[in-house]
Amino acid sequence: MSGSLTSVAYIAATILFILSLGGLSNPETSRRGNLYGMIGMSIAVLATILGPRVSAQGISWIAGALVVGGALGLYLARSVQMTQMPELVAFMHSLVGLVAVVVGYASFIDPSAALDMSAAEQGIHHVEVYLGVLIGAVTLSGSVIAFGKLSGRIGGKPLLLPARHWLNLALLLGVIALGYVFLSASSIESGMQPLIAMTVLALVFGVHMVMAIGGADMPVVVSMLNSYSGWAAAATGFMLSNDLLIVTGALVGSSGAILSYIMCKAMNRNFFSVIAGGFGGGAGAPAKGGGVAEPAGEVVAVSSQETADLLKEAASVVIVPGYGMAVAQAQHTVYEITKYLREKGKNVRFAIHPVAGRMPGHMNVLLAEAKVPYDIVFEMDEINDDFPQTAVAMVIGANDIVNPSAQDDPSSPIAGMPVLEVWKAQTTIVMKRSMASGYAGVDNPLFYKENNRMLFGDAKKMLDEVLAALKS
Amino acid sequence: MSQSIGVPKEVFPGEKRVATVPDVVQKLIKLGFSVAVQSGAGAAASIDDDAYRAAGASIVPDAASLWSGADIIFKVRAPSRDEVNLLREGGTLVSFIWPAQNPQLLQALAAKQATVLAMDSVPRISRAQKLDALSSMANIGGYRAVIEAAHEFGRFFTGQITAAGKVPPAKVFVIGAGVAGLAAIGAANGLGAIVRANDTRAEVGDQIKSLGAEFVPVEYVEEGSGGGGYAKVMSEGFQKAQRELFAKQAKEVDIIITTALIPGKPAPKLITAEMVQSMKPGSVIVDMASEQGGNCELTEPGKVVVKHGVIIIGYTDLPSRLPTQASNLYSTNLFRLSEELCKAKDGVFNVNMDDEVIRGTTVVKEGTVTWPPPVPKLSAAPAGAASAKPDIKPAASAKKGHGAGGEPMSAGAITVIFAIAAVLFALIGVFAPPAFLGHFTVFVLACFIGYMVVWNVTPSLHTPLMSVTNAISSIIIIGALVQIAPPVIDAVTPAEMRPDVIIRWLAVVGIALTAVNMFGGFAVTRRMLSMFRK
Repeated sequence: MSGSLTSVAYIAATILFILSLGGLSNPETSRRGNLYGMIGMSIAVLATILGPRVSAQGISWIAGALVVGGALGLYLARSVQMTQMPELVAFMHSLVGLVAVVVGYASFIDPSAALDMSAAEQGIHHVEVYLGVLIGAVTLSGSVIAFGKLSGRIGGKPLLLPARHWLNLALLLGVIALGYVFLSASSIESGMQPLIAMTVLALVFGVHMVMAIGGADMPVVVSMLNSYSGWAAAATGFMLSNDLLIVTGALVGSSGAILSYIMCKAMNRNFFSVIAGGFGGGAGAPAKGGGVAEPAGEVVAVSSQETADLLKEAASVVIVPGYGMAVAQAQHTVYEITKYLREKGKNVRFAIHPVAGRMPGHMNVLLAEAKVPYDIVFEMDEINDDFPQTAVAMVIGANDIVNPSAQDDPSSPIAGMPVLEVWKAQTTIVMKRSMASGYAGVDNPLFYKENNRMLFGDAKKMLDEVLAALKS
Repeated sequence: MSQSIGVPKEVFPGEKRVATVPDVVQKLIKLGFSVAVQSGAGAAASIDDDAYRAAGASIVPDAASLWSGADIIFKVRAPSRDEVNLLREGGTLVSFIWPAQNPQLLQALAAKQATVLAMDSVPRISRAQKLDALSSMANIGGYRAVIEAAHEFGRFFTGQITAAGKVPPAKVFVIGAGVAGLAAIGAANGLGAIVRANDTRAEVGDQIKSLGAEFVPVEYVEEGSGGGGYAKVMSEGFQKAQRELFAKQAKEVDIIITTALIPGKPAPKLITAEMVQSMKPGSVIVDMASEQGGNCELTEPGKVVVKHGVIIIGYTDLPSRLPTQASNLYSTNLFRLSEELCKAKDGVFNVNMDDEVIRGTTVVKEGTVTWPPPVPKLSAAPAGAASAKPDIKPAASAKKGHGAGGEPMSAGAITVIFAIAAVLFALIGVFAPPAFLGHFTVFVLACFIGYMVVWNVTPSLHTPLMSVTNAISSIIIIGALVQIAPPVIDAVTPAEMRPDVIIRWLAVVGIALTAVNMFGGFAVTRRMLSMFRK
């Protein structure tokens, strides 16, 4: 295959990737979009292998690595629980980061890569290597920590070191200083030391950045790391003068950035304040001391039998799932209840807050797994106006996203965050393990409202009981 | 020592309701009370004595022994003279009383050293809604008013096109959108009529619209909301504008249902004899205010009359005409009141005068008249209206969301961004070699394409989108592929200068790791997407 043919194949792959992202915009076309992505990837890989830059002796190595990695990937994809999707995605981001680091090092020690470059071009090439490794390393360690937090191996509470902003600044300055040393190095050996030192700093930076972010902000972090993995690919593309890598990396990077922006918007928070970290720690404590109106009224607890009775008498039900549903793996029971109520002619719908769960769209995937048809699953903006006409709003394991103080109480840490206005329904039922507050550490006046009922217990167990009571 | 509750048979002529139904008997027994029911008390509401017995009540053959044997009496209608005499000295009575209209009754009850809770005096605050018997009875009355109108009206309510010709839908005009008016709107709308409604309080317009009716306001600026969610008497100018509106509507509509009441005053006369005359023959007026004198000049309380070819219904017992439903709701109201009075669940009423709701409801306390109560601290309606307004803003700003592209940035912010971009581009232009610029162009354009493509993704697909972009980012594999074994084109590259083995192993590791990501990413996306279904 000639160089031109490879380039044309790359253009085809680029177009297919763009179509792939476009196809994902709608459930109807999403499967085709995924297929485009696969075809584009196959074309890109084949064109590279058959192209002028890979000689025949490499093919057996490539095939072996592909088979081993591919088998592992397919196994992971088959076996993963849908509730573990955020972990899987974070894990995969870390792989992309790691590969970016590896490729960067390999490119640096490869003299043929920079053979016929002018001095300026070589300088740029080294900047690109440096940046590629830097972004890759941050992505790698950040994703590993995110994976740990999402899978519960590391606590979800933000870790706030006393001088964390200064620490970040020091790390940044260290990276710049090392970059100067690296660029002025005359040989590969002398450049290696600053490169390794920078990699260590970048890894520390990634760990520190994600450690400081609370569990409720995880959707932002996951999509941000998604973005980083794209930028890492783009930086690698610059390093290797490969337009396909640049384009694809930029596509992924900007899509991840937009997702992060959407998530921040949904929490009414500034992107930088999320990254700077500390939700519920730094922001929550002073507000609490500053006299947040203690919610008045009493909490009315109900049994699963009474919940079933309320559902039986309701003409319209809106279910608001949160992370608690994912933790308890209750989505299948939720669907059974939904199916039963719909057969009885009731209008059952789902209301999804943009940041419900631990990654963007988390709840939608869980509900889809439980076979809930997507046309009864609504976004916050679509359904918020319907709560006053709703008989029962059932909140399953969600807290901050249904907190009325976001609207009523300007001193609340979550003030201004758009929330689902469940309290406007005739009756709300909140399923929770206990009266503990959510990740934001804010008390929820919803629980004390007169039309609110609390159903305490594990979501799965209680919903099973509700289902049994409904059917009896 | 737990107390006993007695439920007598209602003695008022035509009254079919009963104060307690078997379901509530069970709940009262759970609260610790014992319940006695007079034989035949529920007969008119289709509840026989056996049903009460099955629920755990004892059946007492006659009124005298029931009244004398009970600590607490649950009734619907205010007690008659005879019934007051039957009431045990120092006993407790819960029923409708209408203390403003019946001062002598209050005196008679006080003379008996009784404690009396009036269901018509429950304060209208949100906490007391569950015991608001006026609302639950008004709801039934509004529904029944439509049914009575349909009964007298000679046509369909709904419009139809049949083989025998076209049937126009009936037009219903509801005056006063309180609980009764809203119930009437809902019922008439449910039967398929075209419904219009008027109220002096502008804030109920949205409630009227939410039930599917058209709100016809009086075009005259005056705030019509009095205290406690009720209407007040309006000015002369307003009344003139209102009369003109009603006269116009009377000519157009087939059915008028009036519910206008002002507390402690005779019902306002809204429908004049001329308006009745101007209506089409066979039209129907249901005057739900007839007990307080009626909203229509020609209403005769308690009767159906035909004047100028228009049927005017003046029933005063509309809730009682739906006895089973009315008894159910009323007895639930009584049960909710009992819960408030018996928080310890020990079967004893504790009339706590510090509780705002109980204070308002109690009209006689152990022989002392306590009516009227002090003015309630806050009124439900104006407070609700005020708190509703600030709600709107955050909701509206939330609505912008994404997809719409968010709010436009301020001119200042745009200027700053463009300035920074210009400086960066200038720097790159000065220092970067041409080869880099080619890649840079591609890079910037690709960022914009990504931005355009991803904006329109529906939020429900965010997770699949992330996993597919993650799979696509495995394109980084190309970096590893081109390193694994580049062809030696150039003799200038001596093999010994290139650490082939190290690079190859790094590349192999890179390829294997990306392959995990690539295959895994696409496969898991596929798995997720196959679950999305309609």
